[in-house]
Amino acid sequence: MKSVNELNEIVSQVRRDIVRMVHACQSGHPGGSLGCADVVTTLYFREMKINEEKGSDGFLKFSPSGEGEDLFFLSNGHISPLFYSVLARRGYFAVSELATFRKINSRLQGHPATHEHLPGIRVASGSLGQGLSVAAGAAKAKKIKGDDGTVFVLMGDGEQQEGQIWEAAQFAPHYNLDNLIAIVDWNKQQIDGPTDKVMNNRDIKAKYEAFGWATVDLADGNDIQQVVDAVTKAKELRGKGQPIAILMKSEMGFGVDFMMHTHKWHGTAPNDEQLAKALEQLPQTLGDY
Amino acid sequence: MKKYTYTEKKDTRSGFGAGMAELGKTHPKVMALCADLVASLKLDAFIKDNPERFVQCGIAEANMIGVSAGLAISGFVPYATTFANFGSGRVYDQIRQSVAYSNTNVKIAVSHAGLTLGEDGATHQILEDLAMMRAMPGMTVINPCDYNQTKAATIALADHVGPAYLRFGRPVVPVFTAADQKFEIGKAWMVNEGKDVTIVATGHLVWEAIQAGELLEQEGIDAEIINIHTIKPLDEEAILKSVAKTGCVVTAEEHQLNGGLGDAVCQLLSRNKPTPVEMIGVDNSFGESGTPAQLMEKYGLNAASIVAKVKKVMSRK
Repeated sequence: MKSVNELNEIVSQVRRDIVRMVHACQSGHPGGSLGCADVVTTLYFREMKINEEKGSDGFLKFSPSGEGEDLFFLSNGHISPLFYSVLARRGYFAVSELATFRKINSRLQGHPATHEHLPGIRVASGSLGQGLSVAAGAAKAKKIKGDDGTVFVLMGDGEQQEGQIWEAAQFAPHYNLDNLIAIVDWNKQQIDGPTDKVMNNRDIKAKYEAFGWATVDLADGNDIQQVVDAVTKAKELRGKGQPIAILMKSEMGFGVDFMMHTHKWHGTAPNDEQLAKALEQLPQTLGDY
Repeated sequence: MKKYTYTEKKDTRSGFGAGMAELGKTHPKVMALCADLVASLKLDAFIKDNPERFVQCGIAEANMIGVSAGLAISGFVPYATTFANFGSGRVYDQIRQSVAYSNTNVKIAVSHAGLTLGEDGATHQILEDLAMMRAMPGMTVINPCDYNQTKAATIALADHVGPAYLRFGRPVVPVFTAADQKFEIGKAWMVNEGKDVTIVATGHLVWEAIQAGELLEQEGIDAEIINIHTIKPLDEEAILKSVAKTGCVVTAEEHQLNGGLGDAVCQLLSRNKPTPVEMIGVDNSFGESGTPAQLMEKYGLNAASIVAKVKKVMSRK
């Protein structure tokens, strides 16, 4: 289990990976990837129970069904650079493979996919609104099997505009999926602008509560200590009959000053000069790939 | 012409229900999900015996597909059930991303397909589902013809690893296939060997093709009748072998002409052995309310239409 200080070091490297990956292929989504880096890093390096056994290739053994493990589903699949960096840094595959992101014949597709058999991915995502349903199905399966693992799922706030989210949001409390922890990245930005202007989805927390969820506030999803505290609190709420939603306020583009406080870096790659400027702000801690 | 008789009429959806009831006893990983249509899908027996393996999803089909994917990832074999209209077009993107592209072992089992849904009318009479599902990479597509074949297909799918779309219907139709049949996915069933024309039929049109074969026999025409229950993967060998003998084909399905079995056969033949083909199906229109028999007659999906198309295609040889 990594300490908060160690997590801060890892997440700096993860952020470097993100901007370098997006720069290398001149496409992809740096904004949300940077904003969610702290929570995904914290889950994989501290909070999630995963199989630590390694195969003969030296990488972590990955089982899609994840019996006895905690599972993570990324519903907002466009923040794939973050997902790939964390999986590689955690030991599922070689960090050198991050250089293939979005390039031809790569296992690191633009959006996460199982099709190329990349270890760590359980279902494709990218077409928004589907991850909560899949996670609910996996949580239901754990209940049936008597598996005490927890299922985590990360979603965007713009994604909360999809109708399927609310189908899943009514399903999980109906089946008392109190082994399901959903995290909403409430960064208030989406491609076309501020969420309030594009399609005001108002009080997301009140909606989840009205649907029968227990909720946890995470005031600053870019403060690792606060992330740890919120996930700990969410875990304490397990087993009480309700699924749990963490409402995470985050800053899109966090860690790179010129990518923050705007939706403009949702899906834009930095040029050479911008990359250099970004990397100056993100210390290399684990070594670049 | 080989004789086919029947002692009773049953709905293909009841064949599905019977198959599920049996799977409930034999396959502990099989689960059933339904979007508020339990009675229509004939799931009562499965649910009664296996309440812990049934997941009622309410009227929320998109979520049902995603939940099915999550169950499949975890090692279960979920059958996601609803009407064909709501299990195909309504959830195409969910099937595409969470099932087909992710290669999750989800069976989409849907009833009330086609015109024979009857009085409910065009809003529910999906006639485009085979086209949609055929176009989906990795998807197995099955449209059985009677109660026994539907039951056998339902059971066979449990041991088939991968996404599948199983389509059946509402009306009672003759039960003419064997109760103890072995269902081989992707393997055509030779209904009748003949030499003058090949009739390739699926679903409810198979019985009509048999009726047509008997009428044609009276006129001295010896029809070969092939039942393609698996639209995808298509048994290409069976069709090519038959066409080598007969030199002309009539296809018959309860579906749009665009994108269904007929199109699959035409693609096969145009690439391998250009052959005159006539197609029975709904021609670029929606359905409407009426009894199943009235609708099948009005839209030309019956034995009389098959006979007419056979004569036409034979004249083109």
